[in-house]
Amino acid sequence: MTQATHHTATAPAAGALSVFAADCTVKYNAPVNAEYGHLIVDAPDSILGCEPGQFVQILCPVNSSEQPYLRRPMSIYSYDREAGTLGIIYKIVGQGTKALTKLKVGDPINIMGPLGTGYEVKPEWNHILLWGRGVGLASLAPLAVEAAKAGKKVTTIYSARSKAVQLPIDQFEQPGATVITVTEEEGNSGLDNIRRMVEEQIKENGVDAIYTCGCDLALIELKDVCRIYNVPGEVALEQRMACGLGIGQCCSRPFAVEGDIVHKRVCKEGPVFKILETLV
Amino acid sequence: MSNLSTKIGSVQLANPIMPASGTFSEDLAQVFDLNRLGALVAKTITREIRNGNPTPRICEVRGSMMNAIGIPSKGVDYFRTNSLPFYAQFTPPLVASISAPSVDEFARICEEITMPGVTAIEVNISCPNIEEDGKAFAMRPSTALAVMKKLRSATDLPLWAKLTPNTGEPAEVAQACEEGGANAVVTANTLLAMAVDIRTRKPKLGNVMGGLSGPSLKPINLRMTYQCAKAVNIPVIGCGGIATLEDVLEYLMVGASAVQVGTSTFVNPTVMVDLVDQLDAYMRENHINDLSEIIGSVRDKEAADAVFFQEAAE
Repeated sequence: MTQATHHTATAPAAGALSVFAADCTVKYNAPVNAEYGHLIVDAPDSILGCEPGQFVQILCPVNSSEQPYLRRPMSIYSYDREAGTLGIIYKIVGQGTKALTKLKVGDPINIMGPLGTGYEVKPEWNHILLWGRGVGLASLAPLAVEAAKAGKKVTTIYSARSKAVQLPIDQFEQPGATVITVTEEEGNSGLDNIRRMVEEQIKENGVDAIYTCGCDLALIELKDVCRIYNVPGEVALEQRMACGLGIGQCCSRPFAVEGDIVHKRVCKEGPVFKILETLV
Repeated sequence: MSNLSTKIGSVQLANPIMPASGTFSEDLAQVFDLNRLGALVAKTITREIRNGNPTPRICEVRGSMMNAIGIPSKGVDYFRTNSLPFYAQFTPPLVASISAPSVDEFARICEEITMPGVTAIEVNISCPNIEEDGKAFAMRPSTALAVMKKLRSATDLPLWAKLTPNTGEPAEVAQACEEGGANAVVTANTLLAMAVDIRTRKPKLGNVMGGLSGPSLKPINLRMTYQCAKAVNIPVIGCGGIATLEDVLEYLMVGASAVQVGTSTFVNPTVMVDLVDQLDAYMRENHINDLSEIIGSVRDKEAADAVFFQEAAE
């Protein structure tokens, strides 16, 4: 990431394997709160060669009440190459994620990754601003960690419905980092208020790039902000997927690229896209 | 090592496992060595540039999925300059897959795709997603015959007609393709289907209807493979819901000379390689030296074995 490797998705050369489906072992699986679960698995180095913003496809277990069929794409929430662990946060909504809640320590689970194209952070950038909403914060966490490691100042605005459904923000609380949490229940998570905070950061501290995930309305605001202040921005998008590898073109969406409408695959060219290319 | 090789007319395959078009692309080379496959079957292309259908393009149904991708296509030139050189790095024969909305357009792309590096042409006369209400050439013998005759005159390459389960006349359609000059039939594409989100009351697919694929399609396309293998003298390639060795063997036993694996690659990206290894192990364990000993070996003249005690059945 720090070398600004925003790889374009070209076809791989013969013999160069870069995606791996591996049987991992559950190390930790517990609810974060009523809406989210936190899963940590022992993962091989091949998958842990991931970058911030990339994702994995999880083969959710089948049991008597949940029969998910396709893999479920999940943002990588944390990775630790020394410990050999990979973490994800999942919002408990359907068959796949309900089945995930039933995983116990020691259970096997097949995970495929690393997938997709992650965030770009140029080496010369010093201050980045993150705006996460809800479970969208998970995708931004490795970005905050790696940027802080590279000596960058990271300002995070995290918006959630209520304190009861907030995700842990420990990964964002790095040396020199600022984390601002806002919630609907406190009445400070309105788009106007957050936009004011973003503009304040740009004007007072200078922001080199903005990153967001989790909310279409935030994306609309940031598209405007990026254009007005001429700040580069990226967004990690969600889309229903099948293969996660770019084969099926199930997750293609239209983007505006240099005056043309171009269809890109969220799983391959994304999930991270330039904010100004999005059509919202 | 058993002999896993099989022939589809003049095309020799090292093993009978190949991808189904639409579930295979250059991207899969990131996950395993494509040289392990019997053939490479490219994604369907059209002459015109197509973006495909609106999202959502897929949805899950119990134990299977539905899609209405709508054949996004970058056209013939892109295939020639990008896909063809990429696939040339690998040894298995390359099968191009083409489609078109009219007979004339079909013949034109067939001619254009006849180029060095392409071993055979699969003609997708069965996609339920590009014509109104899921109509396709392969739904009726007359339209299948007309398009195949025209395609036959457009190329000297082997033509594989990909059929549809959305027909009441599978044997007659297969015969029409044979009469029209097809060198093989592929049985078959997805089954036209639908699903509704009961909360929003909207169809789950942006295109309203789409094609069912995955394990729930298998018994249907297996039946169709059986019917077509009985009806024609050209090779039949089985396709539909294959995920396990048992699925492969069933298709071979009802008369398929090879099989295509599609949707299960989405769940297990290395499934095709696993199936090649499992088929090899199965043949060795059962002292089967040649794949031809399995193909068409179904004992359909005999009644199913009656079971009086479970143990007897095992």
